[in-house]
Amino acid sequence: MSADAVDPVDSVDPVVPVTGWGRTAPTSARLVRPRSTEEAVAAVRACAEPGRRGGIARGLGRAYGDAAQNAGGDVLDMTRLDRIHAIDADAGTVHCDAGVSLHRLMQVLLPLGWFVPVTPGTRQVTVGGAIGADIHGKNHHVSGAFARHVNSFELLTADGEIRTVLPGTDLFDATAGGMGLTGVVLTATIRLQRVETSSMTVDTERAADLDDLMARLTATDHRYRYSVAWIDLLARGAAMGRAVLTRGDHAPLDALPARARRDPLAFRPRHLPAAPSFLPEGLLGRRSVGLFNELWFRKAPRFRTGEIQKLATFFHPLDGVPHWNRVYGPGGFVQYQFVVGHGQEETLRRVVARISERRCPSFLAVLKRFGDADPGWLSFPVPGWTLALDIPANLPGLGAFLDELDALVAAADGRVYLAKDSRLRPGLLAAMYPRLDDFRELRARLDPHGVFRSDLSRRLAL
Amino acid sequence: MKDAFGTPQSLLVLGGTSEIGLATARRLVARRTRTVWLAGRPSPALEKAAAALRDLGADTRTVAFDALDPDAHEEILGKVFAEGDIDMVLLAFGVLGDQARDEAEPRAAVRVAQTNYTGAVSAGLVCARALQHQGHGSLVVLSSVAGERARRANFIYGSSKAGLDAFAQGLGDALHGTGVHVMVVRPGFVRSKMTAGRKDAPLATTPDVVARAVEVGLRRRQEVVWVPGTLRVVMSALRHVPRGVFRRLPV
Repeated sequence: MSADAVDPVDSVDPVVPVTGWGRTAPTSARLVRPRSTEEAVAAVRACAEPGRRGGIARGLGRAYGDAAQNAGGDVLDMTRLDRIHAIDADAGTVHCDAGVSLHRLMQVLLPLGWFVPVTPGTRQVTVGGAIGADIHGKNHHVSGAFARHVNSFELLTADGEIRTVLPGTDLFDATAGGMGLTGVVLTATIRLQRVETSSMTVDTERAADLDDLMARLTATDHRYRYSVAWIDLLARGAAMGRAVLTRGDHAPLDALPARARRDPLAFRPRHLPAAPSFLPEGLLGRRSVGLFNELWFRKAPRFRTGEIQKLATFFHPLDGVPHWNRVYGPGGFVQYQFVVGHGQEETLRRVVARISERRCPSFLAVLKRFGDADPGWLSFPVPGWTLALDIPANLPGLGAFLDELDALVAAADGRVYLAKDSRLRPGLLAAMYPRLDDFRELRARLDPHGVFRSDLSRRLAL
Repeated sequence: MKDAFGTPQSLLVLGGTSEIGLATARRLVARRTRTVWLAGRPSPALEKAAAALRDLGADTRTVAFDALDPDAHEEILGKVFAEGDIDMVLLAFGVLGDQARDEAEPRAAVRVAQTNYTGAVSAGLVCARALQHQGHGSLVVLSSVAGERARRANFIYGSSKAGLDAFAQGLGDALHGTGVHVMVVRPGFVRSKMTAGRKDAPLATTPDVVARAVEVGLRRRQEVVWVPGTLRVVMSALRHVPRGVFRRLPV
């Protein structure tokens, strides 16, 4: 890679295979790594040249599917645009480049007593990616998705111009959850969450089955800022849908033991060595995952309140193993996440029953209750229940099986999450996202020549 | 685009009346494939095959293509790719020939070689370049166990497939890391119109079984697929049998 090049258009950008976090369906693209706004503008203008196959912005590559791939075209790696421009420590806002990761924001902001407004299950996502996928976290039922906490952002559009975009505008709502297809987010100003410590107070409880789980979440979720349930999808019969609920909030200073109070905002997440790249296929079969799930359920306390946990332990346990996606072997894995609205509990039950009957080996399955829908046209959350699970991609018949689940979800006016999708049938998209036509119309106007394109947009005709 | 399971949305079958080719197309249309191009010599059979795929819901078009006319390959296939991305090319054309006649008439033998090898080299290279430009796609090449070790009974056909097999493997290596995936499929004896009237060889299979193996191979991004899978072991043993013994084997 030519680190000294001034103009990314003239330099030789490498053509490399690119995949999402699930490591399926690799395609090759020219990887451009702009280091300044000017270089980003030049890169987008180059994508627009005739005969080119467009471009798409990419952050840290945590989208599971093909959202940040662009076969035969350009992929703009935004992680070199990583400056934090300004922090207002009184009002609690930060103005930073789109390539800044949430990990970096936490390192910088926690000592000042501020935390990001929304964090997914990993800190390794960029601000640009967080807006593009309009990510949600364990606090969705209270705080909504990420873009609700964005005061404004700068968007580099297909004409090579930079626009300042404010909430409440069509361009803002199309970009929040728009998977990078309206343009390249360059900078953003984000409202933050005040915290006294970098620890969490956590309540843990077990749910005996799916109905028990939903009842507990419905009854007491409003008491917690953060809430999520790990669910054992291999459990059958009466135990189907048994789960461990972990819910909590930022710990106040007086909840910490005396020693921890000396440095209450310390943030030094540790991690194990990375998963090696040569792991074989089939480590995560029914037997091993079944055993893991059994132990995980048994080791969880039946009921425990007020446990103090480190922030990283509570939010980002998987960040403790770099490249954990390699445990699925070279065949990769698929993540399936859908949401169905309140009143569609029967659909959720049927989906869980189908997965349990089929014995899908999934050890990373979580159920969460969403709050209000977000304004983004393609934002994923709607009020109701969302289930996310990982499945090895090589499981025979998985494609047809997930199509069956899609049909159940779509019939219940539910939807699947585009940031995780790598296999949806294109025909179902319009039913799942009613604002899809508005999105397509805005794109046709803003980007008539299709400068911004991704494998996802080709596959689903977004 | 292919999905996470390697299932294509658009398919180009070179040899549009090939039974294995059509069985594969039917199978993929039942999953995700929406656009199918059938390339072959214009004939009622080609149009009938296209109509059958249309009945299954695929937008199917035919294109006049002759393996024996490599000069035209670039233009004809270029037009297909210009209409939109092709996620998978299935190189399915080939002729079995008639060993006894071909031995007696070298010109007939040359036609077998030109169809199965020269034509495939030309079409394969044209498609490979187009796929590389797209940055994605699979080129699936129908080879044969007959190419694994030449037999007295069909060495003209076998040698053409041996050449094709070696070519496709090398092409796969050349394209490694470009986002383009080349998969060599080596079926054993396939019961089809091409082999009609011949006695079943051991481990005989059908076009539908080959089609299923292709689908699984795409999902696993395999580079070589044997159909049935046991042939891999059988052929690995046969490959090492001494010449004098192999000559006398009733295979």
